[in-house]
Amino acid sequence: MDELLADFLTETSEALAECASLLVQLEHAPDDQALVGHVFRLVHTIKGTCGFLGLSRLERVAHAAETLLDRFRDGTLAVTPSGITLVLRALDAVRAIVAGLEATRAEPPGNDGPLIADLDAAAGEAPAAAAGTAPLPAPAAPEQGGGSLLAGQGTGHSPEYGTGQSIRVRLALLEELMTEVSELVLARNQLLQLARHEPTGSFTAPLQRLSRITTCLQEGVMKLRMQPIGRAWSKLPRLVRDLGHELGKTIELVERGTTTELDRQVLELVTDPLTHMVRNSADHGLETPAERRRAGKPEAGRISLNAFHEAGQIVIEVADDGRGLATGAIRAKALGLGLASEAELAAMGDQQIQQFIFRAGFSTAAAVSAVSGRGVGLDVVRTNIERIGGTIELRSSPGQGSVFIIRIPLTLAIVPALIVAAGGERFAIAQLGVVELVRPGEGTDSAIERIGEARVLRLRERVLPLVDLGRLLALDPPRGQVADGDGFVVVVQVGPHGFGIIVENIFDTEEVVVRPLAPILRHLTLFAGSTILGDGSVIMILDAAGIARASGVCTTRAVAVAPPAPPGRIERTALLLFRAGDETPKAVPLGLVARLENVPRAAIETAGGRRVMQHRGQLVPLVAMPGISLAAPAQPVLVFIDGNRSMGLMVDAILDVVEERLEVARSADQPGLLGTALIAGRASEVLDAGYWLRQAFADWFMRTDAERAPAARPHLLVVEDSAFFRDLLAPTLAAAGYDVTTAMNGAAALRLRDQGLEVDCIISDIEMPELDGCAFMRAVRAGGAWAGLPAVALSSRTGAADLARGRAAGFTDYVAKFDRAAILAAIAGALRAHAETAAKTAAETAAKTAAKTGR
Amino acid sequence: MSEAAAMHGPAAESHLPPGAGKRETYVTLRTAGQLAAIAVASVRDVLGGQRITRIPLAPPSVAGSLNLRGRIVTAIDLAIRLGLAGGDPRRARISMVVEQDSDLYALLVDEVGEVVSLAAAGLEENPPTLDRCWRQVARGIHRLEDRLLVVLDVGRLLDLGGG
Repeated sequence: MDELLADFLTETSEALAECASLLVQLEHAPDDQALVGHVFRLVHTIKGTCGFLGLSRLERVAHAAETLLDRFRDGTLAVTPSGITLVLRALDAVRAIVAGLEATRAEPPGNDGPLIADLDAAAGEAPAAAAGTAPLPAPAAPEQGGGSLLAGQGTGHSPEYGTGQSIRVRLALLEELMTEVSELVLARNQLLQLARHEPTGSFTAPLQRLSRITTCLQEGVMKLRMQPIGRAWSKLPRLVRDLGHELGKTIELVERGTTTELDRQVLELVTDPLTHMVRNSADHGLETPAERRRAGKPEAGRISLNAFHEAGQIVIEVADDGRGLATGAIRAKALGLGLASEAELAAMGDQQIQQFIFRAGFSTAAAVSAVSGRGVGLDVVRTNIERIGGTIELRSSPGQGSVFIIRIPLTLAIVPALIVAAGGERFAIAQLGVVELVRPGEGTDSAIERIGEARVLRLRERVLPLVDLGRLLALDPPRGQVADGDGFVVVVQVGPHGFGIIVENIFDTEEVVVRPLAPILRHLTLFAGSTILGDGSVIMILDAAGIARASGVCTTRAVAVAPPAPPGRIERTALLLFRAGDETPKAVPLGLVARLENVPRAAIETAGGRRVMQHRGQLVPLVAMPGISLAAPAQPVLVFIDGNRSMGLMVDAILDVVEERLEVARSADQPGLLGTALIAGRASEVLDAGYWLRQAFADWFMRTDAERAPAARPHLLVVEDSAFFRDLLAPTLAAAGYDVTTAMNGAAALRLRDQGLEVDCIISDIEMPELDGCAFMRAVRAGGAWAGLPAVALSSRTGAADLARGRAAGFTDYVAKFDRAAILAAIAGALRAHAETAAKTAAETAAKTAAKTGR
Repeated sequence: MSEAAAMHGPAAESHLPPGAGKRETYVTLRTAGQLAAIAVASVRDVLGGQRITRIPLAPPSVAGSLNLRGRIVTAIDLAIRLGLAGGDPRRARISMVVEQDSDLYALLVDEVGEVVSLAAAGLEENPPTLDRCWRQVARGIHRLEDRLLVVLDVGRLLDLGGG
């Protein structure tokens, strides 16, 4: 009986889950006869099995539900939301009874009279018949069940089951099998290790066979444990439907990648966090239909689930198209909870502030609702995800919604690992996160460089922060400090971040069975667990995410991810921070800097009034940032190389290298600086490297080679108040072969002129605050260095009157703002016309002079 | 595997004479010169000469982890746990394997002594003069003929957060 009952319970639970999601589908497609038929059959099967097992209470409820479904099926009744709600209620009752059965092996007592009456009333049955005969049913004793088993023999299951294609296996059995296979893998590894020292090699062939079989077996057992993620989602359609009714929202649930498979242990651990995130999206993320209408969105909010495999991991996305995170409310709450001071908050960007929602006790729901906002929230989700070696990211944009991205390993049981040494000890690191192994040094494309206190790895065009594993683990180095260029670097990727781990040695890769740490060691977040190697020794398994957190190579704000970057912009940039002149840190993309040098004072020479230094027999011009101290015995110099020319920029001190999203928040009104950006939590000024390069070359070459033509790249000034359009236009122009300086309005542009900025052409917007394009152009034409420059007007208004107005103000050309090709053509044309005019003027002057001389 | 390998399990209790009152069976141990005892029932295994892997950043009393027939066992240096000036931390020691919430731990001691059966009534409360570190982990004290025997509580020994 027990086994039969257990089978029934499993089957019924599955059928219930399937029914619930089918019913929700049915609500959206009430005329789908196949769907009605399917639901009917499922309920019918449940009812049939109940009768078979003598579960009378269950049978009555299921029967009433079946009757109503039958009316839907034969078309006597139309499928209505209220009808569906009734059937769902019946399924809930069945589920409650099943839960009782599971716990006590007997039907729990309860009164289903009202429910059955409602179902019968909806089905048009005489209610008295059912309700009258439904007093408290006596709990069915297990013996009764046994009896009915005998009585019911021969009726059999519905033909859907027992097709012979699949069998049910006890979960515990599967787990035992997994443990045994894990042990087998360990024993195999141990044997392989021993065989290496066996001189005759007679074991080699059979061992290889054993090894291959073990691997197959291991993969087979892993596959046994795989289940489609749709299983973790099966309850969500019902949840979302109920939430929608409760919250007065229309919610559409979109599921993609339902068949993506993952280990059942992982599946179980991820079900609750997923449910919570969907609740969260429904409750906090999506707006009410009225709000959505006002925002110009479709009334129905959408929650999308997506799952797919990527690089040995499974990625699950939970997205909503709701209002996005309310940064203001989060900021206030963070302040209220004392998580950050006002000053700290002021220095944070929106994405950084959004990450507070992952902190313990953080819930911004003003009122605690039944749905979510109980304070056990995303911090628990995050902890649970991280516990299974996963990561969670959040992206949100106001008005457009939020997306949570979860990355979790496919399995927790056996992972390939790399064995490394640090501080004389061996450690394992899961290969999943390892991107590559690097032996930095001379003659390779990688090198360890020291910038201030920090060490970084320059790897091809990237610059990665480094963590010294031995030092992080407080282990004494075995012999002296690992010198730069000695040892190896394991390059790992944690979420969006890459960093390098310096180790003394790299040994081997081995499949390891991850064992959790003893409870007294759970606080050691640097380790994912421990394992036993083939040689029988115990070894700690490093947790790359824990290392990243502990070493600060990705701080909290970095673990969380910036919102999707606008197209054409690099998401994160390695930035070199330095000090020059004042205390405000200055930043320059590290990729632009070719070298960093500390030039001894004596090596800085003066030639023709300019500072130079020698590098490999060539003179490199030096430019001092304004206000820097020139008294130090050695001067830090950033060396830029552009083509075959190089120049050095003298600064006060090199501070750090950070990897951040470079977002110039405010453009600077000082030449040589692009603007201000928030970098490493501080407002920093971003260097306009092109400007300094020109400083060196304009001056330098004018003095040494007066005949030399001006820099090959014409220099454009873009005057535009919209940061978006500036960002859009500047790279376009740069790509077309121009150097670009931007100004946020006419007044700022004129200040640049007065500071001596030299440009070849002006491109200006017309509609701007403070000083509009036409007024700006009149001011330019009125006199000063730019009076004769070609100028192109950009405007969204290109009527004849606007054109005339622009020309009257002094613009050479006038083009539509969003026509990229026209803009480029206009600039090229204006520059050409200007050059021709200049040549003609020069020729005329020459002719006049010649005429005068000739006279 | 040493002199003490024969005293596995709580079998000793069944040999007690009937009517002797409730008795408890302990195994004595010596660490950094100090005598102490733990209940035999909590000891799963006694073994010697194990290779121990250090665990960086672990609490000082955690000596590392070792491989006990395919299971990973966390080793606690009892001398350090009890605040005793330990000798050479690298010296070979004996592991008394105990179980706590289905996890195994090895208590590293210098010497495992005898199995003694003592009347439960004879267990006295910790004297107030007992060192704070000892008071936290001691269940009580037995007065033997020639010496005092401190009875250690395994659960409290493994509660490193409290220590």
